[in-house]
Amino acid sequence: MDQELESIIEECRVAVEDPGYPGLQDWLSSNPDGLVLGHFQVYFPEELAHAAGMFPLKLMGADTSVQIREADAHIAAFVCSILRTSLEQAISGRIRNLAIYVTHPICDAARHLNGVWTRQFPDVNCQILYYPHNTRSAHGLPYLVDEYRRVAGIIEDVTGTTISDESLRASIEVFNENRRLLRDLYGIKRETPWLVSFVEAYLLTRSAGVMDRERHNDLLRRALPLIRARTGKSQDKIRIVFEGGFCEQPPLELLSVLQDVVYVVDDDLLIGLRWLVEDVPTAGDPLENLAEAYIESSSYSPVQRDPLKPKEKMLLARIRDSNADAAIVAAAKMCEPGLEEQVAYDDALREAGLPHLIMEFEEKTTNFEQARMEIETFVESMLFEFA
Amino acid sequence: MESQRVAIRPPLEHAGESRNESRRLIDAWWQELTRADEEERPVANAFVMGSMAEILHTFDLPISFPEIAALQTAVRGQQMDLLLAAEDEGYSPDICGYVKIDVGLHATGRQHPQGVYPKPAIVVATNMCNTYIKWAEIWERKYECPVFVLDLPGWRGTGFEYDRTSETFANDVRYVEGQLRELIELCEQVSGRPFDVDKLRIVMGHVNEMSELYQAILAQNKNRPAPFNALTEGINYMGIANMARGRPEGVEFMRTALAELEERVAKGVGAVADERWRLLLVGTACYSNFREFVGFFDQWNGVFVASEYMSYAGGGIDRGIRYDLDRPIESLAEQILLTTQPSMTGIFHSHEWQAEIAREYDIDGICYHGIKSCRTVSSGLPDAREWLMQHEDLPGLFVQSDLVDARLWAGAQLRNRIDAFFESLQSRRAQAGV
Repeated sequence: MDQELESIIEECRVAVEDPGYPGLQDWLSSNPDGLVLGHFQVYFPEELAHAAGMFPLKLMGADTSVQIREADAHIAAFVCSILRTSLEQAISGRIRNLAIYVTHPICDAARHLNGVWTRQFPDVNCQILYYPHNTRSAHGLPYLVDEYRRVAGIIEDVTGTTISDESLRASIEVFNENRRLLRDLYGIKRETPWLVSFVEAYLLTRSAGVMDRERHNDLLRRALPLIRARTGKSQDKIRIVFEGGFCEQPPLELLSVLQDVVYVVDDDLLIGLRWLVEDVPTAGDPLENLAEAYIESSSYSPVQRDPLKPKEKMLLARIRDSNADAAIVAAAKMCEPGLEEQVAYDDALREAGLPHLIMEFEEKTTNFEQARMEIETFVESMLFEFA
Repeated sequence: MESQRVAIRPPLEHAGESRNESRRLIDAWWQELTRADEEERPVANAFVMGSMAEILHTFDLPISFPEIAALQTAVRGQQMDLLLAAEDEGYSPDICGYVKIDVGLHATGRQHPQGVYPKPAIVVATNMCNTYIKWAEIWERKYECPVFVLDLPGWRGTGFEYDRTSETFANDVRYVEGQLRELIELCEQVSGRPFDVDKLRIVMGHVNEMSELYQAILAQNKNRPAPFNALTEGINYMGIANMARGRPEGVEFMRTALAELEERVAKGVGAVADERWRLLLVGTACYSNFREFVGFFDQWNGVFVASEYMSYAGGGIDRGIRYDLDRPIESLAEQILLTTQPSMTGIFHSHEWQAEIAREYDIDGICYHGIKSCRTVSSGLPDAREWLMQHEDLPGLFVQSDLVDARLWAGAQLRNRIDAFFESLQSRRAQAGV
C-alpha cells in the first residue's frame, strides 16, 4: 500500500480504536482551554459548536476496548450497549473539557441519557435537542429553526462566544467539504469497491466524529486520490448493502468478516455524519439553511419519522442506486427502532425478490465465528442461485 | 416476613361502586368499538400519553387504545399466543410486548377477549413514547391509514424553564397549535364531519372536571392509612381517565370513586389491612403475573400510595388541566404542553418529582420496576434510584420483569428481593427507633 495512504488510514484507525480520544487530545494540546460539546447519535448540527470554537465530539459508544466498570449501575438491563459505553467514557474521565452534552429523542432508551448525565455530571450543561417528529407539518421547519436558535444560544452562553452569521457560514463550508469528501468516498465504494476495503472506508468515515474536522478534511483530501490510484482488480464477490448501523456500531471485527466475504457497496453506518446529502447553502440565514437541510436534504433512518421517506422504500432505493445484489439487515441488540424496522425491511425485500440476511450484533461482541458462518452460508446460497 | 394481621373493617356505604362502574364503562367501550367495526364506521387508534381524545371525541370517533387492549389480554392470561404470533411474523423477543400483542391480534382475526379489535381509520401518535411512532407505522403499512404524529417537544435539559413567559414555550405552543389545526383538518376528512368548536368546548370542559377530580383522588392517599392502592385500584382510575377522557360518564366515574375514597378515609379504612409500609411505584405493573406481584407487597402490609404510572400514563391529567374554553385550540396547545411535559418527559428526570412525592405522601421506600417491554419508563431507573438514596436517603428496590411477557417472570427471585427490601426497611425503622 502507498505509504502516505497507509499512514492516513493508520491515523484514522488510532482515532477510532483508542478510547482515549487521541483526536481530541491533539486538538486540546493546541487549544488547552478549548471546550467540548459531546453529542449522542444520530445527527447533530456540529456547525453550531464549531462556529463557537468548540470541539464537537460524536459519542458513538465503544467496543471491548472500554471496560464497563460503573455505567451498568446506572442503566437498566434490556437496554442497548451504546448507552452504557458512552456513559462509561464520560464517567472514566476520557472526555476532557466536556462543557455541553446533547442528546436527541431518537429512541425511548436514549431519552433517558439526558436525565442520567444531568445527575452524574452536574457541571456539564446537558441538553436535549428536540427534532421535529412531525417533519411534514407546515410548522415543523419554523419550530426546528427556533430549536436550533435555542441550542446556539446555550453554546454562546457556555463559551462566551457569539455565533455570527459569518462564523456559522465558515463552519458550514468546513462541514460541507467533509460531507462532500465522504460522499466521494462512498462513490468509490459503490463504483470500485475493490479499491477501498469496507474497514478502511469505515475508519476514514468514523474518524470524522472524533477528530478536528479541518484535519479530517485534509486527510480525506489526500487519501481519496491515493485510493483512486490503486490498481487492485475486482474480485468475484457479491455486492451487498449493510443496513442497521445508524446508531450503535458493529465491531470492526464484524466489518472485517463482511469484507472478507462480500463487497459492501453502501451502508447506513454512522449515517449522522452523512445525514445532509447536499451542500448546505451559505447564502441567506445560515441557521435556517441548516434546519431546512435537516428536513429537505437528508438521508433516512429508523429514528426519523418522515412520511415522504418510507424507510423500506429508501432501503430499496439504496440497493438499486448502488447496484447491489442483496442486503444484510442488521440491528443492534435491544435496539427497539432497529428491530422493529427489520420486519418492514424484511417484507419489502421479500416482495422485491431481493436476497437478504437478517442479523443482530452488539458493539462488544467478541466471537465472530457464528456471524462468519451465517454470512458465508448466505452468500453461498446466493451463488448457488445465480449458478 | 411479617404475619398478616386482620383488621376489622366498618361497613361502607359506597363499597365497590367505582369497581362496578369501571366494569360497566369498559364493557360499554368494547361494545362501542365492536359496533363501529361491524358498521364499518371509522375508529381512531390513539395512545394513553397524548391521546388527543379532546379532538377525536369532537368528531365522534371511537378511540381504540391498543395499550389498554394489550394489558387486558395479559391480565386474562391470554397474551402469550399473541406474542408468539407476532414473533412468528419476525418481531424480536426484545421489543415492546404491547406492540407484539397488537400485531398478534391483527394477525389472528382481531378477536379480543372483550370484543372485536377494530381496524384503525386514523392513527394519532405522540412522540411521548418513540415506540408509538414505530407502532403507528406498522398500521400505516398494514391498513394504509393516515398517521398523524403529534409532536410535543419535551423537557430540554439543564437550566430549562418551561413557563408561560419563556420564548421556548411560545415557540412550542405555536408548533403544537399549528399541528392541532392540521389534525382537525385530517379528522374532518376521515369522519366526513365539519369541525364544531362548541362541541370541542364541551369535551374540554369535561376534561377540566375530570382532571380536578383525578387530582382529588390522588390526594386521598396522603391520608394514613391510604384508602387505595395505586397499583391496583389506581390502574383502574387511570384506565377510565383514558377511556372516558372528555366524556360525561368519565367525570361521573371520578366523582363516584372520590366519594368512595372519602368514605374510606372518614372511616379509617385502608387499602391494606394494618398499613405498615407506604411505597411509591416507579415503572409499571406486571400484568402477566399481576396478582402475584401485588401479593408480594400485600403480605408485608405494604401499600403503593403513589405511582409514577398514574401520572404519565394518565395523559397529564394528574397535573391539573385547566382549559380556557374561550380560546379552545390555543388553550389545548398550551395545556397539553404544560401538563404532558412534566408528567411524561418528566419520566427521564423524575428524581425530583419522586423526592417531592415521597415528602408529600410520607413514603417509606420506592419500588423501581424495570420492564423489558418499555425502555421509556425503565432505562434510567437504576440511576434515579441511586440519586434518591444518596441525596434524599430514600431506600429503593430495583427489580425487573415485564409488562406482559410471562417468560420474563421469575417469581421466586422477585419475592426474595422484595422480602429482603422489606427486611431492610424494618431494620432501618428499628435503628431509627420508630
